[in-house]
Amino acid sequence: MSSASNAEPKRSVPGHIMTQRFRPALEKRASGGESERKTTPEAKITASNIHFYYGSFQALEDISLDFTRNRITALIGPSGCGKSTFIRTLNRMHETVRGTRLQGTIRMDNEDILKHDVNVLRRRVGMVFQKSNPFPKSIFENISYGLRVNGMARRKELGELVERSLRKAALWDEVKDKLSQSAYGLSGGQQQRLCIARALTVDPEVLLLDEPCSALDPIATAKIEELLFELKDQCTIVIVTHNMQQAARVADFTAFFLMGRLIEFNETKVIYTAPKNKETEDYITGRFG
Amino acid sequence: MNAKKAVNFIMFSLTGVCALLTVGILFFILGYMAWRGAASLSWSFFTQLPAPVGEPGGGMANAIVGSGKVLLLATVIGIPIGFLGGVYLNEYAGMTMSFVIRYATDLLNGVPSIVIGIVVWALVVQPMGHYSAMAGGIALGIMMIPISVRSTEEFLHAVPLSLREAAVALGASKWKAIATVVIPAAMRGIITGTMLDFARVAGETAPLLFTALGNSFWSSGYNQPTATLPAMIYTYAISAYDDWHRQAWAAGFVLLALVLTINVIARLVVSRGIHMPRGAA
Repeated sequence: MSSASNAEPKRSVPGHIMTQRFRPALEKRASGGESERKTTPEAKITASNIHFYYGSFQALEDISLDFTRNRITALIGPSGCGKSTFIRTLNRMHETVRGTRLQGTIRMDNEDILKHDVNVLRRRVGMVFQKSNPFPKSIFENISYGLRVNGMARRKELGELVERSLRKAALWDEVKDKLSQSAYGLSGGQQQRLCIARALTVDPEVLLLDEPCSALDPIATAKIEELLFELKDQCTIVIVTHNMQQAARVADFTAFFLMGRLIEFNETKVIYTAPKNKETEDYITGRFG
Repeated sequence: MNAKKAVNFIMFSLTGVCALLTVGILFFILGYMAWRGAASLSWSFFTQLPAPVGEPGGGMANAIVGSGKVLLLATVIGIPIGFLGGVYLNEYAGMTMSFVIRYATDLLNGVPSIVIGIVVWALVVQPMGHYSAMAGGIALGIMMIPISVRSTEEFLHAVPLSLREAAVALGASKWKAIATVVIPAAMRGIITGTMLDFARVAGETAPLLFTALGNSFWSSGYNQPTATLPAMIYTYAISAYDDWHRQAWAAGFVLLALVLTINVIARLVVSRGIHMPRGAA
């Protein structure tokens, strides 16, 4: 790794600032010990000094990154760079894998998520996976699963809430006549939108998407991207993607990961037009990865 | 070159013959049992009690019901333990624990059935002072546990990790995810495993000989010696009477038909299962 990346964690701090006038204040705070970082009003989630290990292998090294409320942040980088590992720490999915270890703090609305009740946390921070993973149940049961498992709705209200979620995910018109049929009868793109709808049913504050379109054709991808724009009003969105055009299209902010480190983080248009780092530029222009 | 061709041909023939032999043996047994058994079978076999020696006719109605009772008790004892043990093995046990459980389960499965019979005889029959359907049910129940554990584990293991992740990511606790997603997804397989398990112990004889023993009459409840089909076959087959031999053939045929039917149904159940999407399994 080149010397350019040594100072990267700090560079990540000003990146999410939307107006110039906050910048000096933050730079000052960043230089004064990052473990004391407080959540800024714009940041929904603040991850500070994250180190992550699979057994003795270090997969993430000193990642500090803020996710701005009601904005879409994309995590990009070549395979194995740690972006999926990182996104899975945000709802503590990494804890389902034996032998993993996380250091650092992650705060959501200034609460330490590592001390949060994990089931409540995952209700608040929804996740959509790379491969669509509907349950082998009916469409209705898939969508209502989160409500039932969290005891969030009475039986009578389920129908209405299921419809609301399916509408949010722009899937209602396609499935309204076959709610009792198996979700496996849907196309790949529909299944992935079903998974998004399923995640939305429990009103998550944050939605994590781990390469949600990697198995989909361009039309299905476009539908999901459109959906993400509409969902911005309701939640903070973090998306991992291999597809750099996708990041450029949907994301307000983009973070570039390489070999377990955060190389550069900034507004998407800055990352794509004037990257400060040579490695970022090389990756974005397709010279490696 | 020719030698190579010859070896090739010989091995092809030899393996083919052995494969045919395997299939052939099954069909021979089926055919032979149908021939000997069906000829001796009559409606009264299913409806009447065994006739005293010398009297023609009679049936094994009490043994059919007795087998049903003993197997029901065995299922009630063996399947819950095996199923929940299998859930623990696949979902909760760490590396060491799962090794220990798997190993012990396989050893238990290898314990000769007569040994299980002796143990149950010593621990249940002797203290009670008499043979009983309950003792038979306990013996067969113990025999059902290991297969149930391993088949439950196998079918739970086949449920893709992505489904567990989906459930947990929606705020389900680990147990809720297992109970509401993983087990239902594996249910067909688990039912199939249970049926095969049931069919396997349905023909067990040795442990029944000194637990349920046998009975020429109806027995009520679980507290009395009880006739069962396999034990009846044993008693009748080694007797000196032609009438009894015929009844033994009939009983063998009925038992075989029962076991085969359960096997076929079990395979149908699993083959009609919901297919996992490609790649997800």
